[in-house]
Amino acid sequence: MKLVQGNEACALAAVRAGCRFYAGYPITPATEIMEWMARLLPPRGGVFIQMEDEIAALAAVIGASWAGAKAMTATSGPGFSLMQEHIGYAAMTETPCVIVDAQRAGPSTGLPTLPSQGDVMQARWGTHGDRAAIVLTAASVPDVYEVTVAAFNLSETYRIPVILLLDASLSHMRENVELPEVTVVDRRRPASLEGFRPFAGTEFIGLGEGAELVVTGLAHADSGRPRASDGPNLERMLRRSIDRLSAGEAEILRYHTRALDDAEVAILAYGITARSAAGAVDQLRAEGVRAGLLELQTLWPFPERLVAELAGRVEGLVVPELNLGQLVMPVRAAVNGATPVHHLGRADGHLFTPEEIGRAARAAMEAVHA
Amino acid sequence: MPRVGGDVRRYLRVEAMPHVWCPGCGHGQVAHGLATALERVAVPLDRLVLVGGIGCSGRTPFYFNANAMHTTHGRALAFATGIKLTRPDLTVITTMGDGDTAAIGGNHFIHACRRNIDLTAIVYNNGIYGMTGGQQAPTTPLGAKSVTTPLGSLEPPFDIVQLALAAGASFVARTTTFDFEELPALIADAIRHPGFSVVEVLTQCPTYFGRMNQLGDAVAMLDYERDMTLPQEEITKESLAGRMPLGVFRREVRPEYTAQYAALCARQKAGKAEAVP
Repeated sequence: MKLVQGNEACALAAVRAGCRFYAGYPITPATEIMEWMARLLPPRGGVFIQMEDEIAALAAVIGASWAGAKAMTATSGPGFSLMQEHIGYAAMTETPCVIVDAQRAGPSTGLPTLPSQGDVMQARWGTHGDRAAIVLTAASVPDVYEVTVAAFNLSETYRIPVILLLDASLSHMRENVELPEVTVVDRRRPASLEGFRPFAGTEFIGLGEGAELVVTGLAHADSGRPRASDGPNLERMLRRSIDRLSAGEAEILRYHTRALDDAEVAILAYGITARSAAGAVDQLRAEGVRAGLLELQTLWPFPERLVAELAGRVEGLVVPELNLGQLVMPVRAAVNGATPVHHLGRADGHLFTPEEIGRAARAAMEAVHA
Repeated sequence: MPRVGGDVRRYLRVEAMPHVWCPGCGHGQVAHGLATALERVAVPLDRLVLVGGIGCSGRTPFYFNANAMHTTHGRALAFATGIKLTRPDLTVITTMGDGDTAAIGGNHFIHACRRNIDLTAIVYNNGIYGMTGGQQAPTTPLGAKSVTTPLGSLEPPFDIVQLALAAGASFVARTTTFDFEELPALIADAIRHPGFSVVEVLTQCPTYFGRMNQLGDAVAMLDYERDMTLPQEEITKESLAGRMPLGVFRREVRPEYTAQYAALCARQKAGKAEAVP
């Protein structure tokens, strides 16, 4: 057992997952990830560099990934906004990399030291254009460790930038934990370089590894050569990367349940809010209310079928989140009227208490039975 | 004029042409100078990475038989930094325009100069934004016309050489597309230099800068380049008279970042790495 901080767990997990390049820019509440990487990487022959801003940090990460390293950056609100340009570049160039966003209350400088879940939509849609996206989150320090490793594994498997959403409270929380055993996945190399088309699939060859690469943020052919005015080709590229994630749903979709099997009312929560929601479920059960929890670790691709299936067998769904209504939007779309959806939002830099979530769940049940 | 290049075709990806540059554009001359320099330094093709920004100059890597990374506007040096730190054995060269380098990429440029990573930055300076149709650049001369300064620019331009010198680049040079022999020689010197090197090349944009400022065709613009510049050895207080000096302004071997970083890692390995569960 070891007392570990959320940000520390993230850095330890990254190194465990094989991350050997970190570029970042200091920002509260993500900075400790960077500080840990500055200590952990050099003795392992990995590269750490503090860049001039977050735009440069993600650019360096993408460059490093193409040079063959598993690479990561971490930031928070304002820095995450600056990274959107290169999240799009990483998506267009199918570059494996991990971007951690320790969410703080915004917009702008906002409440730098206080938690938020206000970047859920930005993580999915912040860059311009359509793209395939994997966005993960976690609710505890051990989960941060596991999900960080998963972020690298999925990123390498699907050749996609994976975003990991933490928040100010989880980043700075310390828990006494046993860090779990994990499986590490490396990027796949093509069996042969003969006729290898670098953008035809998920096999990857880095710069200076024997294939002459062309990498561009312009829409491109499977060879990498630009196809800057070929619209159907761009749509084919985008649909292919989105379809790839649909096919991999079984390993991409991560979630936990608590007392959900016979639940009359379900709470759908994620990240730090799922901790309070778990407490609410325990309290409600003690009072005889059949409440259950669906805790999502994968926010995007949004688990539509899972939520639709749940909606079909409960009397109401409560969605607490630390924003004024973000993940509730795809929840409502997936539920599609099958059960009432009650949103509980706050953007004041405070966490929900189990009691607050419990009250919302009881109110939802009373509305049904009224 | 003596023949400048050897067989540069080995470095050029002929099947990717025709290129995007307008007739008379100087960027082809810069690309030829780069290919000639690569041939002289004998950079192995599979060890070469060309990193382009966005704009006319950023397209250069597409026309080379090398690893090509066409990145985002202003940020080629930040991508190149990640590549070089991960693979110090690769020769990494950026091709950026003047707006790319000194406007949207100004921050990345000065910090790349400061760090002294062994990269070569070729800055194509035509004093205007060509790709988007002739807007003012941070290098547009005072009073010059562009589509966004139809009555003449009110802004003093950046001097990219002075900017690089002040920010700490260890090799800084300037030449022009008129100086067809000097161009590959300086790029070759920059590639050989073990540190961050900047070669600013004044290049003609007859389509926009030339037309809007009544400078004539490409050939007339080469004469304009000749007349507005002066080789270093000819400079006296009187002769410069507002012209831009050419040549090598700094060539200084000082600790290079990736070498320093490798030494730091070796020292750390000798000590005890923190255990990771």
